[in-house]
Amino acid sequence: MMSPESTRERWIGRPVKRVEDHRLLTGRGTYIDDHPPVANVHAAAIVRSPHAHARILGYDVSAALAMPGVVGVITGADVAASTKPFGVGVTAPVHYYCAATDKARFVGEPVAVVVAKNRYLAEDAAEAVVVHYEPLPAVVDPERALEPDAPVLHETVGTNLAGNRRLVYGDPDRAFAEAEVVIRERFRFPKYASTPIETYGVIARWDGLDGVLTVWSNFMGPFIMHPLVARVLGLPENRLRFIVPPDIGGSFGIKSSIYPYMALIGLAAMKTGVAVKWIEDRREHLLASSSGTDRVAYRELAARRDGTILGMRYRWIDNVGGYIRSPEPGCSFRPTGNFVGPYAFQHLEVDASVVMTNKSLTGPNRGYACGHLYFETEGMIDRLAATLGMDPVAVRRKNLIPATAFPYRTPTGGLYDSGDYEATLDRALEHADYAGLRRRQVEARAAGRWFGIGVALAVDPSVSNMGYVATALDPQFRAKPEYLPKSGAMDAATVKVDPLGRVTAIMATTPQGQGHQTVVSQIIADELGLRPEDVTVVDEMDTFTRVWSISSGTYSSRFGSVGAGAAALAARKLRAKLVDYAAHLMEVPVEQVEFRDGTARMKGGQGPSYTVKDLAGRAHWNATSMPEGMEQGLQATAVFGFSVAGAVDAQDRVNSSNTYGFIAEVMAVEIDRATAAVTIDKYVTVHDAGTIINPMIAEGQIYGGALHGLGGAMFEELAYDDDGQLLTGTFMDYLVPTASEAPTIDIAHVVSPSPLTPLGSKGLGESSSMTVPAVLANAVSDALAPLGVRITQLPITPSRLWHLIEDAKT
Amino acid sequence: MAEPVTVRLTVNGVGHEGRCEPRKLLVDFLREDLALTGTHVGCEHGICGACTVLIDGVAARSCIMLAVQADGAEIVTIEGLMQDGALHPLQAAFREHHGLQCGFCTPGMLMTALDFLRVNPTPTEPEIREALSAVLCRCTGYHGIVKAVAAAAPVLAKRA
Repeated sequence: MMSPESTRERWIGRPVKRVEDHRLLTGRGTYIDDHPPVANVHAAAIVRSPHAHARILGYDVSAALAMPGVVGVITGADVAASTKPFGVGVTAPVHYYCAATDKARFVGEPVAVVVAKNRYLAEDAAEAVVVHYEPLPAVVDPERALEPDAPVLHETVGTNLAGNRRLVYGDPDRAFAEAEVVIRERFRFPKYASTPIETYGVIARWDGLDGVLTVWSNFMGPFIMHPLVARVLGLPENRLRFIVPPDIGGSFGIKSSIYPYMALIGLAAMKTGVAVKWIEDRREHLLASSSGTDRVAYRELAARRDGTILGMRYRWIDNVGGYIRSPEPGCSFRPTGNFVGPYAFQHLEVDASVVMTNKSLTGPNRGYACGHLYFETEGMIDRLAATLGMDPVAVRRKNLIPATAFPYRTPTGGLYDSGDYEATLDRALEHADYAGLRRRQVEARAAGRWFGIGVALAVDPSVSNMGYVATALDPQFRAKPEYLPKSGAMDAATVKVDPLGRVTAIMATTPQGQGHQTVVSQIIADELGLRPEDVTVVDEMDTFTRVWSISSGTYSSRFGSVGAGAAALAARKLRAKLVDYAAHLMEVPVEQVEFRDGTARMKGGQGPSYTVKDLAGRAHWNATSMPEGMEQGLQATAVFGFSVAGAVDAQDRVNSSNTYGFIAEVMAVEIDRATAAVTIDKYVTVHDAGTIINPMIAEGQIYGGALHGLGGAMFEELAYDDDGQLLTGTFMDYLVPTASEAPTIDIAHVVSPSPLTPLGSKGLGESSSMTVPAVLANAVSDALAPLGVRITQLPITPSRLWHLIEDAKT
Repeated sequence: MAEPVTVRLTVNGVGHEGRCEPRKLLVDFLREDLALTGTHVGCEHGICGACTVLIDGVAARSCIMLAVQADGAEIVTIEGLMQDGALHPLQAAFREHHGLQCGFCTPGMLMTALDFLRVNPTPTEPEIREALSAVLCRCTGYHGIVKAVAAAAPVLAKRA
């Protein structure tokens, strides 16, 4: 359906300033810690394991209970007695509770909760809780954890392997048998986390007589975690209320993993009878919130001598920490549909192992699993180019999915909805002056300087299909009659007109800084012929009042397609009603009425016209003026859901996301010969995310995503010693890039509208977080090609790079 | 638990008197006792800078300072930046240049930038970046923030 004809300029596509900014710039935001939803809230402090691996022998809470202001202490024994373990995404019998019960399996794992009158008193008492431990040997390396003599974390499982799947698409054995060139490489990707500046926060209140638990938190979804938490606490789902305050201080996937704390603090409220608030501190966040996995990857690539890729093999060992927590093993399977990236090869084998070790738990982190995927794939393509003596761009060009092939079904089940990969690559090369950079490289090398150019391409998946995680299960398991397939991705929006003609939109998308109120106001202004400032957007999730489903939330870059799509559909539904009502008032057939610039009028221009305000006044004050059979009032709720998000099939194929953007990047770096410091000389990123609704906000996402990628590629790592002690427990040790490290970025767009979304838009939120590790590693490898140094491990810290260079020299 | 002490300070031009434990952090005093929740807590160890306020005109971290240490001080928080119901030019520049996304680090960024532009009214971009490296932002890649501070500098210099 096209937008209404309008004489005005459309708001979509314009860098409309954000409505969120006024409150956030003046200190009037409402984040979870600013939010006193009920009186007499008590504070929780969590007692955490100092051991990476230890049996819990018992607790002594008497001293803590006797301390001033303390109203209760909840231990692992209470957790074991009163809650169930969370469901996990694999069939291995991993019992993951909201706090340690039998053993602690990573440093920082919650073992008890103290509730007291305020945070200071709670922390005092937390120090007085005595936990008796029997320390056990720890294991932190995922390959070591798979050795037969490694300490085993979960006796019920009997091994540290939480799951393994071997997925075969096409005929990879034949591809490798027929190959003229085979490339092999081992890669290591680090454990890092996007550390939002606002930490986790949970407030819980138990209304015992009504049996209702209300949990306020900065949870971002997906709301599949709501039924999970309800089951853990033994509550009917309609007695568990999740409320998310209007402002969340960043998330980047990390806050999807807050849900165990929602259960734990919920239990504390149920046990103590007081409202309980817990605000995580930074040490807790770095110790025990969430991160991406560290991965060991063995890659093989089969090609012809002309550069045509015939097939690939991926062998992954992903480290999910002490327990496999949902939605893991998404770390392996989130990109199932785009495992092949932008390339046309048809034969692929993936052997994905998910391993538990004594590190903190993992989950979605910006670029979820794609930073890993493309770091490896793009590194392999450069190795192929070097082996064949081809330019890295030429090899990529040879293997790209052609623009004529869209919509394109990948061998792994993905449905790439639209794109022109070669044109996007060309745009990046042109912006970067790739030929000029190569000339500069020749000059630099002649002068003995280390100057390198990297290229990286990525298919950017957005709007995860809730069904993809089932790729972790064997097809035989999925074929059982009692197995219920999972699929889908949807969002809802409501648009209503008040009696004075003011339009309000109600969303449930848990924004974390992405400016949803602004974007929705642009969309509705276009659909209803209004100005954005005429539209009030309320985006506060409440599971008791909003229309939602298990896929709700803002994650996997989904808002730009699915939430925005729902807002457009709701506005169109309301517009159709306004036209029907106006036709009725004019006593003419509806076909003769058009809606333009916020006014319903006869197509010929003659006769009366009705603005939204006119119609609102009549509809509200004279409700019986609406025609027979028309629902009274002026409101519309619409749900936008994708129909292409099916369940995993018997051949392990799944369209794991719903829209697929594309990213092409070029980076040039120079490496200081004395210090091994890497300087970014040029960085160009070109995105195809379909229709761009607000280019200012879209580019903001790219700048932010790129710096997350740079952090993981150069600075950030949750590092552990061999005993499982975290070495980077403060922001002094865990290095987040500052303004001085942020590179200048040259951004451009190519627009291939999605045929699947109401506005043609795709997601863009993760963006360059998934490409920077690849493009930077390729650029550094290219700079050091004269020495034969190739980057296989991140982050590329100065010391690591210096050692690589020194080793290569000798 | 020590006996409460009396803390008298001026915040955004208004005098306040409160009683708190001597160990109470200044940021907790501002947020809990004075209900000024615009100042945020991001790390509680003095690195992220989200809690930065002006103390006697100088940017300082309110998460590693006790309320009693601020006894007698004049403090400006983000709530004190607006004048006559209008955004301060620095706030306006942040809006104009998309210098914020989630807004959580924004109070610290604004107060840090305000102090920096007082000391260095005509900064270069590398100087802006170095000054702002006192505050961590994870949303923006700092791009809009640097632009906003550069754009606000001449406006503020003219006002001074």
